[in-house]
Amino acid sequence: MTTTLLQIHEPGETPEPHQAETGIAIGIDLGTTNSVAAIATDGKPEILRDKEGDGLVPSVVSYSDSLPVVGREAVIQQMRRPEAVVSSVKRLMGRGAADLKSLSGTLPYEIHGDQQVGMVRLKVAGRVLSPVEVSADILRAIKARAETALGHDVNRAVITVPAYFDDAARTATKDAAKLAGLDVLRLVNEPTAAALAYGLDRGAEGLYAIYDLGGGTFDISLLRLQQGVFQVLATGGDAALGGDDFDHALAEAALKSLRRETPTLVEAKNLLLAARRAKEILTERESTEIFGSIHGHEFRQAVDRVAFEKLIEPMVAKTLKACRQVLEDAGVQASEVRGVVLVGGSTRVPLVRRMVARFFGREPLADINPDEVVAAGAALQAEALTRGGETLLLDVIPLSLGIETVGGIVEKVIDRNTPIPVAKAQEFTTYQDGQTGMQIHIVQGERETVDACRSLGRFELTGIPPMTAGAARIRITFAVDADGLLTVGAQEKTTGVKAEIAVKPSYGLGEDEMADMLRDSLTHAREDMERRLLIEARVEAERMLLALDAALKSDGKLISPEARQAIDAAAQKLRSTLSGDDRDRIGAAVEALEKASHSFAQVRMDRAMGQALKGHSLDEVEASMATDRAE
Amino acid sequence: MSQIEQDERFPKSPATGDVSPCWSCKEPLAARALFCHACGAVQPAGNLDHFTRLGVPRSFDVDGDKVEKQYLGFQRVLHPDRFVAKTAKERAIAESQAVSMNEAYETLKDPLRRAAYLLKLAGRNAAVSHDQTVNDPALLMEAMEAREQLSEAASVDEVEQLQVEAGAKAIDLIAQLSRAFAAEDYDRADTLATRFKYLRKYLEETRARRVALEDSAAEDAE
Repeated sequence: MTTTLLQIHEPGETPEPHQAETGIAIGIDLGTTNSVAAIATDGKPEILRDKEGDGLVPSVVSYSDSLPVVGREAVIQQMRRPEAVVSSVKRLMGRGAADLKSLSGTLPYEIHGDQQVGMVRLKVAGRVLSPVEVSADILRAIKARAETALGHDVNRAVITVPAYFDDAARTATKDAAKLAGLDVLRLVNEPTAAALAYGLDRGAEGLYAIYDLGGGTFDISLLRLQQGVFQVLATGGDAALGGDDFDHALAEAALKSLRRETPTLVEAKNLLLAARRAKEILTERESTEIFGSIHGHEFRQAVDRVAFEKLIEPMVAKTLKACRQVLEDAGVQASEVRGVVLVGGSTRVPLVRRMVARFFGREPLADINPDEVVAAGAALQAEALTRGGETLLLDVIPLSLGIETVGGIVEKVIDRNTPIPVAKAQEFTTYQDGQTGMQIHIVQGERETVDACRSLGRFELTGIPPMTAGAARIRITFAVDADGLLTVGAQEKTTGVKAEIAVKPSYGLGEDEMADMLRDSLTHAREDMERRLLIEARVEAERMLLALDAALKSDGKLISPEARQAIDAAAQKLRSTLSGDDRDRIGAAVEALEKASHSFAQVRMDRAMGQALKGHSLDEVEASMATDRAE
Repeated sequence: MSQIEQDERFPKSPATGDVSPCWSCKEPLAARALFCHACGAVQPAGNLDHFTRLGVPRSFDVDGDKVEKQYLGFQRVLHPDRFVAKTAKERAIAESQAVSMNEAYETLKDPLRRAAYLLKLAGRNAAVSHDQTVNDPALLMEAMEAREQLSEAASVDEVEQLQVEAGAKAIDLIAQLSRAFAAEDYDRADTLATRFKYLRKYLEETRARRVALEDSAAEDAE
């Protein structure tokens, strides 16, 4: 029997009745210190540079009465009017007031006071801004640079985030892109992007560790590369550790040895910049000086590499502890790692290189510019997503997700390092007679108690039918998509009632806030959405027509001439709507055609079912399927 | 040649031979079809057991390399990234397929989850899948002794020695599980799987203990 019951298409062969939007997409590394954009053509990434050949855009925004200024211009403004300039905003993405305790003292800007819930707000030049808005301003500048370099509109992008970024920070990043008018094809983890940039160049296979120390975040990921698939085995890191902390350590040490009082905000910012320059100089030289002023008194302070290394050694040791954890999570010895890739500007620090080399027992790879490698990888992924390609990124969730249960204990629903996309369900019950509502608290982290984990959101579940305690069966579903974003659903199983869920994101932006921001900045969002829906409706309709034609050609004789006529008429009607722009008309015509061809589909179904089973044993059917598949 | 193979020794599944219409173009398809051969639309994940889904024989002794190869092969064609240019509905279906593949992979590659799953497929309400009190005095005694030893271990070397011993025990348990499943002795398999579960917890504890000892050693050095 040769009836094809099943067929698998290779990615390239999948019939494509209509290529939806074919616009290009860029890769963006939205960094703490610098941001970079790149585009890939035929598997070759190219960094988008300005007229001077510079690929890095400092992630610094200067605000005034007119439009915000981003990049090097803003860095210059930082010296003159620091109160109007924001830098390192990535550290605040998706963070609430409670998180700031761990960051306090290291923030070069003022936090808006009365923000008890939701994401923190910054006070900048008399305005109150969310980190999302500041990031959107950086993305707008990147988008504009790309459009200048490429000579046409850019609306789609792959944006990288630290693997360790949690749900709130990822959502904040996507929101920022939306505000900037960019459609995010995928959020890709920075280490994975870096591996992509290296892996494709070398055709490497085996285990690779990606050590990514940026301005404000540290990531370590262990990946297995085989036949174009980049599979993340385990990931870890510290969302609040980076080169900025090296600068702070240097600046604080300088202040301490001077035994002076606290500098003004302006002086503190300038001192940090001076410390950063000193750090950079110490990469090449053994010693340098830090210049600064405190309440108008200028000073200079000598610093050498040995002293600097002593200051930062505990921080680097902290990163190696995370490396060990990741190796153990994956059940791998350091010696099995075939290569270590360095990413992020802070890996230029000689002590970092030495300690990483000692830990893994091999010299790390650093031949692609560590500041540009992530953007290059993002661009490659953007090309693979829009143009098709052999590479595939399989990511994991960085932190376990769970629910608060009785006594403040965390019940884990999804363990860290689980491959995404993933969906898991867990059943809970009521503990009081007649209970009709339930508080569900979603947390993230590895610890057993709620207060040691991070709160992601609270859900109020209502509409549970009154029952005796323990009788209700409430099924809570966690779904994490390929971008690492979480959705939670709930249903009461005994009655099938889908309970209503109200979301109160702990650190995100409320729906209203986001809507307001969107109204302010995006006038074309609705049109874009409409256009996309129209294109999708056309694609669906065309595919339906193609399939119907083929079916009629082979099995048209199975139906009466009247039925055939009705189908042809409905098909003709649908074809005529396709040239128009009315999505509703297309939808109605599709429905009419489905109705007209319903009995035809039924007849074909019955026949196929009969053919599949009549006179053949199940084994035969199965054997033919097995051959079909293997061909 | 497709990258995905089906094994001839494929166990019989009730779904085999079932036909259902393509959601998009109504073409009759095998219930197990991943794509519609008429319109190319990706098909919903359907209700398959994990072994059938990954196309490997149903057995505790799965070939780990084969599981990997099948998993990567399926993800290559089903991952949502392959559907960026497609409609929202197709993207959602691809996502459900990728979710099912990930679940099958996570279950089959891990001996403990695989054992629990095989017991479930055999219709057992296995103890290993529940957190109820264990009715295995030998196991409880062993677990208590092991914890005591661990809490007395005062150096990283001592903990490492305990880890090596526990690792050897794990290998032995996997071999015993294999024999129990081959003999279809599910009661024995459940007992062994429960022991394995305890051993896993113990291994985690040794790891935490080692990190704690290493940290305090590092502090002393400063």
